[in-house]
Amino acid sequence: MAVETQQARPTISQNSSRRVTAKYLRGLTRSTLIHASLVPAAFVFLLPFLWMISTSLKPDTQFYAYPPVLIPNPLQWSNYPDAVTYITFFLYLRNTLTIAVLATIGVLISSSLVSYSLARIPWPGRNFLFILTVATLMLPFQVTMIPLFIVFKNLGWVNSWLPLIVPHWFGGALYIFLLRQFFMTIPMELSEAARIDGASELKIYRSIILPLSKPALATVAIFEFIARWRDYIGPLIYLSDQELYVLSLGIYEYQSQYGAEWGLLMAASVLITLPIILLFFFLQKTFVQGITLTGIKG
Amino acid sequence: MATTLSAATYPRRRLSQKTRHTINGLLFAAPWIIGLLVFWIYPTLASAFYSFTKYNGVMNPQWVGFGNYIKLFTEDEGFRAAIYNTVYFAVVSIPLAIICAFGLALMLNAKIRGQVIYRTIYFLPTLVPEVALALVWIFIFTPRIGLIETPFRFLGIRGPCWLTCAQWARPTLVLLALWIIGQQIVLYLAGLQDVPQDLYDAADVDGANFLSKFRNVTVPILTPVIFFHLVTSVIGALNFFAIPYIMTGGTGFPANTTLFYSIYLYKNAFHYLTMGYASAMAWLLFLFTLTVTLIIFRSARLWVFYAGGEE
Repeated sequence: MAVETQQARPTISQNSSRRVTAKYLRGLTRSTLIHASLVPAAFVFLLPFLWMISTSLKPDTQFYAYPPVLIPNPLQWSNYPDAVTYITFFLYLRNTLTIAVLATIGVLISSSLVSYSLARIPWPGRNFLFILTVATLMLPFQVTMIPLFIVFKNLGWVNSWLPLIVPHWFGGALYIFLLRQFFMTIPMELSEAARIDGASELKIYRSIILPLSKPALATVAIFEFIARWRDYIGPLIYLSDQELYVLSLGIYEYQSQYGAEWGLLMAASVLITLPIILLFFFLQKTFVQGITLTGIKG
Repeated sequence: MATTLSAATYPRRRLSQKTRHTINGLLFAAPWIIGLLVFWIYPTLASAFYSFTKYNGVMNPQWVGFGNYIKLFTEDEGFRAAIYNTVYFAVVSIPLAIICAFGLALMLNAKIRGQVIYRTIYFLPTLVPEVALALVWIFIFTPRIGLIETPFRFLGIRGPCWLTCAQWARPTLVLLALWIIGQQIVLYLAGLQDVPQDLYDAADVDGANFLSKFRNVTVPILTPVIFFHLVTSVIGALNFFAIPYIMTGGTGFPANTTLFYSIYLYKNAFHYLTMGYASAMAWLLFLFTLTVTLIIFRSARLWVFYAGGEE
């Protein structure tokens, strides 16, 4: 018995090693082919960003040089200090940050409270409220845009940051949806045990649910911060005083009647893109999680 | 907030648990209930009312019945151009985006080295603020002298006129939109990583080749992701605003080929101050979005596969 199996073994392993080699070679050609298509794609996706950085370091004589100059010589670093003084860059930066931070805090507090109600407290109307919440995701923003403008105008809030901040303190549909899905994955027994111990809902929310939901809360915070940082149409509708401008509006000022100051414009573009890219690199896992949470579980 | 909540939970012994849950549920949801009423439900209804009026945002709205709607469909060239451009953009760019995102995700999923790096690079353009992206595109796509002209110059031919002529403006914007499919790539990739290996193993046992595995295992399992992509990108295409608005200054130049529905609506509301008219446009957009998403949802039964079985 034992002898037989020992004799049989070499043929099998010979056979399989040949198969492994063939498989390895096939795998190698396949992965080479894949890389051969992924690399050009990566180049194309990187191009706007690379060109932005490259142009931000060019003197104006090289903007349209042919053949194109990717690494300028000399590197004109002075575009950066020039860019932040050509327009009131730091004022716009401060304005952008103020709006983004205040809106993010508001959306985090309100959305998590609402999601707690929808996911953790059994009350009769909650399914209806949830359906309404999802329905608003389908509503084009143009439908509410005009009446909201009128409301804010009557409140005297037009040409202030309030229309860009205050609505976020009442919750955001997408975030409520996302947090609700997350809160539902936390075992109900935790809440029930705490209730038996006499804990209030606010206490359960604060000391059980929130600490367990840090990744989801981080996702919401990042998404909202970036959305406000990039927001264009909101400031376009509501802000008219230059002192209130955010970066996405202020950046236009590099364009004059003589054409655009491309070097400065691209330097400023790099500066407003960089914080988001850095956030992304440090929190890549949270990002991917957030995207898949909203996408697949929906 | 804290005081109201504890005040509500104070008489807990006298209330039944059901009542207590209802009170707490309503209190926790209160911000959103107010938000829904003030920022969603009221404006939606108000917008419906405005759509039947002549309204400039200052004077009282004047009732004109279906006047705005009739004018839109009978007299307005801009409206027709906006619909054509927007539908063109949606019909051409969405299938392309699905194919590109799915294709790249498939290749990324082939257990290759550097997967995370590739994914990061593909995701990068979606992080760049739209303003910065639109501006760098203007710069790159400058006819004759922009970076995009390089391969054409190399071949000794003249490149297209991109955004400066009517026949190229629409395809150029479709092309540009393909740059921002990073989120979808991430979604497809996550979906691909969720495909159970035993399905492929079973297909291998049946002697299925790569193509039939792709058709009979990969695609069906990913149909929910395609479905999600389809719904969100239809809504996204109908709302396409910032990039064309920045790139063309909202002028619709050349020859109204970049005048998208959202841009035309915005201009009616805030440039021409015909807010009643713009509200009619908004409601038409709403009804159209609703119809299209409803059709997609209805059709889902025919082609979207749920791993959990029927429903």
